[in-house]
Amino acid sequence: MAEEATQEFRVIGTRPVRHDGVDKVTGRAKYGADYAFPDMLHGKILRSPHAHAIIKSINVDRALRLPGVKAVLTGEDLPELPDKAEPIGEVPTNLRHTALNILARGKVLYDGHPVAAVAATSPHIAEEALSLIEVEYEVLAPVMNVHEAMAPDAPILHPERRTKESPDKPTNVASHIQFKGGNLEEGFKQADYIVERQFETQMVHQGYIEPHNALAVYNPDGHATVYTSTQSPFEARQLTALVAGMPEGELKVVPAEIGGGFGGKLVIYMEPLALLLSKKTGHPVKFVMSRSEVLRATGPTSGSSIKVKIGASKDGKLTAAQVWLAYEAGAFPGSPVGAGCMTAISCYEVPNFLIDGYDVLVNKPKTAAYRAPGATNAAFAVETVLDELAEKCGVDPIDFRINNGVKAGSPRPFGPPYKRIGFIETCRALKNSDHYKSKLHGRNRGRGVAFGVWFHAGGQSSAVVNVHNDGTASVVTGSVDIGGSRASMAMIAAEVLGLQASDVRPMVADTDSIGYTAMTGGSRTTHSTGAAVYEAARDAVRQLKDRAARLWQIKPEDVDFVDGKLISKNNGVPPMTIKELAAKFGRTGGPVSGRAGVSARGGVGTFAGCCVDVEVDPETGKVQILRATVAQEAGKAIHPSYVEGQMQGGTAQGLGWALNEEYVYDTRGNLRNTGFLDYRMPTCLDLPLIETVVVEVPSPDNPLGIRGVGEVSIVPPPAAVANAIYRATGVRMQELPMSPPRLLKAMKNK
Amino acid sequence: MAKKQLVETTINGEPVEFLCEPRQSLLESLRDILGLTGSKEGCLTGDCGACTVLVDDRPVCSCLMLGVEARGKKITTVEGLAEGTKLHPLQQKFLEDASLQCGICTPGFLMSAKSLLDRNPNPTEAEIRYALAGNLCRCTGYDKIVRAVMDAAKVIQAR
Ligand code: FES
Ligand code: FES
Repeated sequence: MAEEATQEFRVIGTRPVRHDGVDKVTGRAKYGADYAFPDMLHGKILRSPHAHAIIKSINVDRALRLPGVKAVLTGEDLPELPDKAEPIGEVPTNLRHTALNILARGKVLYDGHPVAAVAATSPHIAEEALSLIEVEYEVLAPVMNVHEAMAPDAPILHPERRTKESPDKPTNVASHIQFKGGNLEEGFKQADYIVERQFETQMVHQGYIEPHNALAVYNPDGHATVYTSTQSPFEARQLTALVAGMPEGELKVVPAEIGGGFGGKLVIYMEPLALLLSKKTGHPVKFVMSRSEVLRATGPTSGSSIKVKIGASKDGKLTAAQVWLAYEAGAFPGSPVGAGCMTAISCYEVPNFLIDGYDVLVNKPKTAAYRAPGATNAAFAVETVLDELAEKCGVDPIDFRINNGVKAGSPRPFGPPYKRIGFIETCRALKNSDHYKSKLHGRNRGRGVAFGVWFHAGGQSSAVVNVHNDGTASVVTGSVDIGGSRASMAMIAAEVLGLQASDVRPMVADTDSIGYTAMTGGSRTTHSTGAAVYEAARDAVRQLKDRAARLWQIKPEDVDFVDGKLISKNNGVPPMTIKELAAKFGRTGGPVSGRAGVSARGGVGTFAGCCVDVEVDPETGKVQILRATVAQEAGKAIHPSYVEGQMQGGTAQGLGWALNEEYVYDTRGNLRNTGFLDYRMPTCLDLPLIETVVVEVPSPDNPLGIRGVGEVSIVPPPAAVANAIYRATGVRMQELPMSPPRLLKAMKNK
Repeated sequence: MAKKQLVETTINGEPVEFLCEPRQSLLESLRDILGLTGSKEGCLTGDCGACTVLVDDRPVCSCLMLGVEARGKKITTVEGLAEGTKLHPLQQKFLEDASLQCGICTPGFLMSAKSLLDRNPNPTEAEIRYALAGNLCRCTGYDKIVRAVMDAAKVIQAR
């Protein structure tokens, strides 16, 4: 495998036009909301106006009497599910919480929590019907951040829950995780400099442009189909069947084209409702969320409070680190604080450390994965403290990181030591970038850098590679294409088969048409499904060799396959192209179809670094990004344009998180910014061109050296911007976002 | 429910008649009545630009205009951008420059960019960013979109 990782490629590393591209630039591609059936009903959801309340009664009679309304569901219509973690796909998932988040029962836990669902002949009538549903609430005091939630007398979201740490008393602390190593006290004693800071960050949303959608068609024979924009069709199938109380095998999920996800579309929200309403009415039922529903009630990522204390010796070596992280889970357990703990100091060798993480329940929507979930919050804190330490030691901030950076064999705070990784290479690449080497002139300007680490998940993937009679091929996978992965899959198959990328048609299949394939997420698709495609293509090559051997009446071992040609090792027959052989499939045993199922190993260690130049307006506190560069490890970049695209997209999201994006709640717990106008994501005008440096250090865990590239680029920007603001203004920001009012206040208080 | 209205308009060069409720937006009319689902819905509040179409050659958020207001107007949607099987230079450059990831924002960007290049075939980067500021893309960081518009402008100028 290791030799293969350094091999020369013919197709991999080139930049062909993506196969699904024309459909997407002509408006032909079908996204979830684009599906429709003639006799279809439209669903709408009634949502809680309160952050925390007991539902005393729900009366749907008036809604049902409105002409055009066909059915209404409330929480009582969903089956009661066990309060324990079941493996959904490969991720333990609490079914009771999943169901309660889809439709509340007894209690509402956040502003926007679904209370009832209506199906009617038009979306407008369904909307009208919502206002006719009468719900009586007993309003409770909400807890809106980790500090309130962890206070001794805090109102409790789930009074029935007990934990290991709190067996007798209910608590809002859903879980605690700890990593420690070395001797913390000794470590701090060895330090010449110690920096200790506390950071606060707010919830932010993934912000995909396409709202969630689900369309279900329940057939009289008990079989059903759900069309939905999901990152995880197989997990969506399993969960939807469980929540709707039907056998999984009776349900087919058709993954529509997906308009962005970033982790937020790993969750099901409306699929079981559409299914149950379709079952109740006999009509297809379609739901499409509004933007305010997306913001109020689908997964943001955690706001957090983080304390960091790090010590370094005069010569710039880290001696000890203590990190305390409390992340908002939202209304149900499951913040990414574990990943925050696992990544917080994992770019560096720190001999003595203590990391504590708390998953904290608050009256806000249940958080969902968001690109490198948990890592960005932690990196904002740790990477700004490191910047301070580098300054105290008088060392260039990148050199400071190189001096302490992890490499193959370095220990990690958890798990075995690192395998082959490219952190140091990534640091050097950023240091050698045109950007970092350039001089920054002008008043109120500053430059900052920061780094981050993320994983790439492994897990199960299936692939089928069909060689057709004209010598072209198709590759079928179950991995939803969210950013150009079809092209990568076709390129991997083309590489192995000796074809052009354009000779291989990639396809994303529904859950009946391909074997189990885990989510598109966790930076796993190119790595894990890519490995399945690689194996399936090799399986096809084995079959091609068999066919040639049969034709030539020699042994299969005596057939070579080079550059798309079959070559006999031992007699003088002329080589045969796949095309020539394909024309003879009928005579040599029928169609050739390679297949593979893999359970890929995941990896730790995809690193990114970001360098930004900012200009701060001293009058308004507005920060303009003047220049941004991202260096990232990619293992082997299959389609470099889409690798760059991931790096640029993650950087842009990180910059938005740094400067403007936040959930703003009032004291009653109602979300105040429920639209794109005031949930302010970066526009074209806010950003410069984003320069990219792709660092290729092959992964030992993948036959082609691939590392997942989807996520890590979001991690460094908030810290990089904070460090740049410091250089521009002398102010160290310890809060996100660093919006004009916050920065102005900090500058005034300097 | 108010009575449905007959709307006579021109869409992508063809005369079209449709019936819609007075409360239905142009976006809803295009997507749900006429089956032209290329224009996308991202917000319905005029903030994302995914629904951008050209109305008498000017970019408009079709979610903010009523279907009945299309009467007598000339509407161009993403479905009308290519000429037969010949892609518009913007479509071609969006493909070559890998300017779309998920692609949900693409129709809106194409329409806003077309309107810009129709008015100003030689825009600066700043002019492009200004013209596209009403379109949100969450996947790309805009880099490859801006480059594609610059590249398409070169193709158009060379014609
Ligand atoms: S859907 Fe019209 S601007 Fe967003
Ligand atoms: S490509 Fe996904 S929003 Fe622009």
